Amino acid sequence: MRTSNELPPQNRGLTAISGAMSLIAILLIVQIWLLSATLESFLSGNRHTALPAAIFSGVMFLISLGLYAFVDRVDSGGRGSGNSV
Amino acid sequence: MNWLRRGSNEPLWKEEFSVRTADERYVTRRQLTKFLVLTSLGMFVGNIWILVRSILYKAPIYPQQPVAQLGEIPVGGVKLFSYPTKEDHCIMIRTGEDEYVSYSQKCTHLSCAVYYSQAEDRLECPCHNGFFSIKDGAVLQGPPSRPLPRIVLEARGGQLIAIEVKG
Repeated sequence: MRTSNELPPQNRGLTAISGAMSLIAILLIVQIWLLSATLESFLSGNRHTALPAAIFSGVMFLISLGLYAFVDRVDSGGRGSGNSV
Repeated sequence: MNWLRRGSNEPLWKEEFSVRTADERYVTRRQLTKFLVLTSLGMFVGNIWILVRSILYKAPIYPQQPVAQLGEIPVGGVKLFSYPTKEDHCIMIRTGEDEYVSYSQKCTHLSCAVYYSQAEDRLECPCHNGFFSIKDGAVLQGPPSRPLPRIVLEARGGQLIAIEVKG
């Protein structure tokens, strides 16, 4: 069995991108739940949950943005090492 | 939007439709990641919108409006009226000799009109079988997650007067 260091650079890049993508997807699911819960709470007349929910959602968006920057970096680093048609 | 396309001097079409087969996998993954991050931004904007609405919220001032005469409807009877505006339909039920309850007629699930089921003694939404308690408007069953807004009634001078909406 090969370790990650023994994998070709192209495959390592794709694994990193898949990992980052999965994390972003998980964060997005939490954000969707958070938005629906906050809206439900707001419509019930509870207006104190809006601020912490907005902060939490913003933090998750920033993490997603950071992960996208990582994906972009890996992408530009890994490009060009694949096979031509 | 160049910050989204860092690390490449090639035109976008060349980058997106690479001649290298292995690079195509990168393109689809990166595009999906971009889409996910933009959706994440949308969720954040949604939360900000709720926050702004919360900050700008002002408690409404409700009018005092006569909605029925005392004894106008029999025990177990129902009267429909509009309060506080003509678009806000409400339902009033006489539950006892001197007891009246009134709720918004709009189901909190998808806004269908609820009706009073005398046999079951509850308010029912015919669209998705959401049931509400006649005592306090709480959800008994079904998809609605919030109770029905209650119309506060006051008996004054032989009349029932709606004075406030709660919830």
